Amino acid sequence: MKAASLTALIEARAGKIPAALVTDLDGGMQTLVAPDAPDGDLPIGDALQRFVEIALADDKCMSVDIGDRRYFIQVFNPPRRMVIVGAVHIGQVLAPMAALAGYAVTVIDPRGAFATEARFPGIELNTAWPDDALEGIDIDRRTAVVTLTHDPKLDDPALKTALRKAPFYIGALGSKRTHAKRVERLREAGFGDADIARIHAPVGLDIGAVSPAEIAVSILGEMTELLHRKPPREAA
Amino acid sequence: MTNTTIKTPPTTGALDNILEQAAAWRAEGRKVGLATVVRTWGSSPRPVGSQLAVDEAGAMAGSVSGGCVEGAVVDEARAAMADGKPRLLEFNVSNEEAWEVGLACGGTIEVFVETLE
Repeated sequence: MKAASLTALIEARAGKIPAALVTDLDGGMQTLVAPDAPDGDLPIGDALQRFVEIALADDKCMSVDIGDRRYFIQVFNPPRRMVIVGAVHIGQVLAPMAALAGYAVTVIDPRGAFATEARFPGIELNTAWPDDALEGIDIDRRTAVVTLTHDPKLDDPALKTALRKAPFYIGALGSKRTHAKRVERLREAGFGDADIARIHAPVGLDIGAVSPAEIAVSILGEMTELLHRKPPREAA
Repeated sequence: MTNTTIKTPPTTGALDNILEQAAAWRAEGRKVGLATVVRTWGSSPRPVGSQLAVDEAGAMAGSVSGGCVEGAVVDEARAAMADGKPRLLEFNVSNEEAWEVGLACGGTIEVFVETLE
């Protein structure tokens, strides 16, 4: 790789700008596809350009054959995002765990006593009301939203806003009973079964998690399953 | 747990600072090799796109397997640093070499090794 390409790639990642590095595996010629990238020595034809667009959209590196050449497209998308509503105890462990797992984490809580730098060192905090805070964040299909406050005043506006967008995961802390009441409120607010079914509640995989850290593991586990697990194969 | 002491990693691309490490080595004047998993068959320890940066002394950042083939990849990366030519390597169970450095999981991986110019 050329030093100039590496510099441009690192800058793109720091600026959270998607980039793709395309390599001709036979000779090693390369071109970085990113805004302001230096000219590469590998020409990107129409066919290759289409694969680059697919790879970026699918968030997947791929090896492609075009004619008698093999190319590798390495995708450098910005990190997935996790928005945690509730700067509570579980959030204190979920936020750093999610960061380790590669998510860009934002914790939302208008209660100043909870959302403090001392409780969330190095984590982006937002003290706006959850629906306002979520409106200001690009909630796309690479984003997860998890509500942890237990308080309908805070959780409900967040869930309603999340349901109007397309995050890949929406999770809500609370028992089955708490969730049943939440479902009633959401129905009254006009949300249908299909919307409500998008909410993972009780949040996380059912692994008997008890402590905040264990619950955080179950939440990350559920999100990971949703992202990567292939549908089960038909029995032969 | 109000005074939690969990060390928080950077929130962008946590633990994936392989390219930054490669750039830092390069800036110190070291030769640097970069290995990337470009194709996998069967069960493989790391997915396509996984990277390993290596400096001329053999220091590593990242991984292309669970540790099974890194040694061989480092050797090839140093050879690439010497002759400046990229390499495409395959590791699998039927590979002669595999008896020494094969993948315990039985999969096959293809690794592209290049130098940082």
